[in-house]
Amino acid sequence: MTVIDRNAAPSAAAGPSRPAAARLLAMVAGWDWLAKAWWTCLSVALFAGIWELCWALGWADPQLLPPPHIFLSNFGEQGKFFNTATRWQVGNSMGEGPSAFESVMITVAATTMRVFVGLVIACVLAIGVGVAVRYWHVFDKLVLPTVTLLSPVSPIAWLPVAIFLFGIGNAPAIFMVVVALFFHMVLATIAQIDGVSPNLINVARTMGASKRQIYGRVIVPAILPGMLQVLRMNLFGAWMVVLVAESTGVGYGMGQVIMLARNTFNPSLVFFTIAVVGVLGFGFDWLLRLAQRRILYWLPDTQEKLRGL
Amino acid sequence: MAFDPAPHFSSRDAVVCRGVGKTWAAGTKRAHEALRDVDLDIAPGEFVVFLGPSGCGKSTLLYLIAGLEEATEGLTWSFGDVVETPSPERSLIFQETSLFPWLTVWQNVSFGLAIRGASQQQRRAVAAEALQRVGLKAAMDKRPDELSGGMRQRVAVARALAMRPKVLLMDEPFAALDVQTRARMQDFLLDVWRDSGASVLFVTHHIDEAVALADRVVVFTSRPGRIKTIVPIDLPRPRNLFSREVEALRIQLTDLLRDEVDRAFAEQEALSATA
Ligand SMILES: Nc1ncnc2c1ncn2[C@@H]1O[C@H](COP(=O)(O)OP(=O)(O)OP(=O)(O)O)[C@@H](O)[C@H]1O
Ligand SMILES: [Mg+2]
Repeated sequence: MTVIDRNAAPSAAAGPSRPAAARLLAMVAGWDWLAKAWWTCLSVALFAGIWELCWALGWADPQLLPPPHIFLSNFGEQGKFFNTATRWQVGNSMGEGPSAFESVMITVAATTMRVFVGLVIACVLAIGVGVAVRYWHVFDKLVLPTVTLLSPVSPIAWLPVAIFLFGIGNAPAIFMVVVALFFHMVLATIAQIDGVSPNLINVARTMGASKRQIYGRVIVPAILPGMLQVLRMNLFGAWMVVLVAESTGVGYGMGQVIMLARNTFNPSLVFFTIAVVGVLGFGFDWLLRLAQRRILYWLPDTQEKLRGL
Repeated sequence: MAFDPAPHFSSRDAVVCRGVGKTWAAGTKRAHEALRDVDLDIAPGEFVVFLGPSGCGKSTLLYLIAGLEEATEGLTWSFGDVVETPSPERSLIFQETSLFPWLTVWQNVSFGLAIRGASQQQRRAVAAEALQRVGLKAAMDKRPDELSGGMRQRVAVARALAMRPKVLLMDEPFAALDVQTRARMQDFLLDVWRDSGASVLFVTHHIDEAVALADRVVVFTSRPGRIKTIVPIDLPRPRNLFSREVEALRIQLTDLLRDEVDRAFAEQEALSATA
């Protein structure tokens, strides 16, 4: 098992075969990526296929549950509805303003921006507060009860508060995302800190690290993997809540489109928007996973092991 | 507790314990006495092995000497100063691996220097030297998860050495290794010990390991751990583990330990019966 020869350099032993092995690895990784994309497509196709089948057999009423080929086909027409940004302005009719594609892009960008900004703010605040709770005892006593008290409150309950405080625009939507994630993320941060191996902290202590150094150099890097996981979990929560927020106070955004679809009884538009949200959420998650692998290079690949069982 | 106000020891002693006791969760219902009345003197450069049944408080005593935990009774001195907080002079190598998984091997080894704000160049140089001594210089830029268990423990040893400690506290560092690897690690540790001139306090429950390494073997009773006997070993190293003297020592230590292990088992069974 172990190479114990004190003179044999472990990397030197693996040296000569490295390039070939690396090339092989890159190839396999490339295939892996392709395989993943393939399975994703297959998964979606399967779901869409069942739906289409139901439609073909007449089980799904196209007026209520239009299958993908219907709600995706008239992109130009559906896209126009995304033009809520200018449509609310007096004097603009449906025919004017940006093209369908531009409308979709503007709306998508607005909603994505709110999710992103909300996530970043919630993350920074939650990690800051979580670390502070463990760092200062008084802060713990003062803050933690309130955080725990507020964390079961549904984001819906914050909606009026968001409107009272911020009126309409980006702010209430971002506020909703932050408030929906913040409390859970504080609790998650604290749980992560409490899970740090006391041995690692003791090592730092024996080397003369101050409290600040222990937090900065041991605790924060040690909780990073867990925090990225928490972030990924909360990413979907952010996408959920942003639609709720946008469906009320905000001038434009995907939530507005859903509301419009509801009010005008347009199931095609609902499903179209759902598809867009799904693709966006998937993309975000993919980016985060990529970042996770980059930043957390030291984590063991348990997934791989589980697959081998 | 009766405590001699004028302890008889020299300030040159590496570690001195007087009446040291530790009760975990003292004052609560879950109070649990781990150590009682430990008196111990360890000279500079001495290699002392702690031998005792599982759960008798060997790790606890190392933690107290390291300054990571506070004793509930008695006092500990190191080179004349009362031990109150951890100090880089007393490095502890833990029972389980305790390398920082997000740092490379050399960054792990020079962690203590980074804390003091040493430059990257200086840190790399010190790490290279320490890793050279444990024979892992070539693995400098690897990450801990790329190393085998034995290599990781050697890196932990290098990390402790990089602090130039006067006392090296080792808590069953080789417990997880196979017999051959363990033997190699013991040889290597003896080399390092001779080079560094530090005192080593080494916990094990392997009698052979104690016999191979120690100047003195401190045998503990079962919990609460007290010092049962101290067995000096006056044999030159490297020791032939099949010689007659070593055989005699092995028998002596086995006898000493057997009673305590039996008692520890009886107690643990009684505890689980009442629970
Ligand atoms: N942090 C702790 N809190 C409460 N009790 C503890 C703690 N650490 C150890 N103990 C208890 O103190 C006693 C001594 O533990 P210790 O770890 O020192 O034993 P040990 O001699 O090192 O055993 P082993 O050889 O199995 O490592 C045990 O009964 C254990 O349950
Ligand atoms: Mg122990």
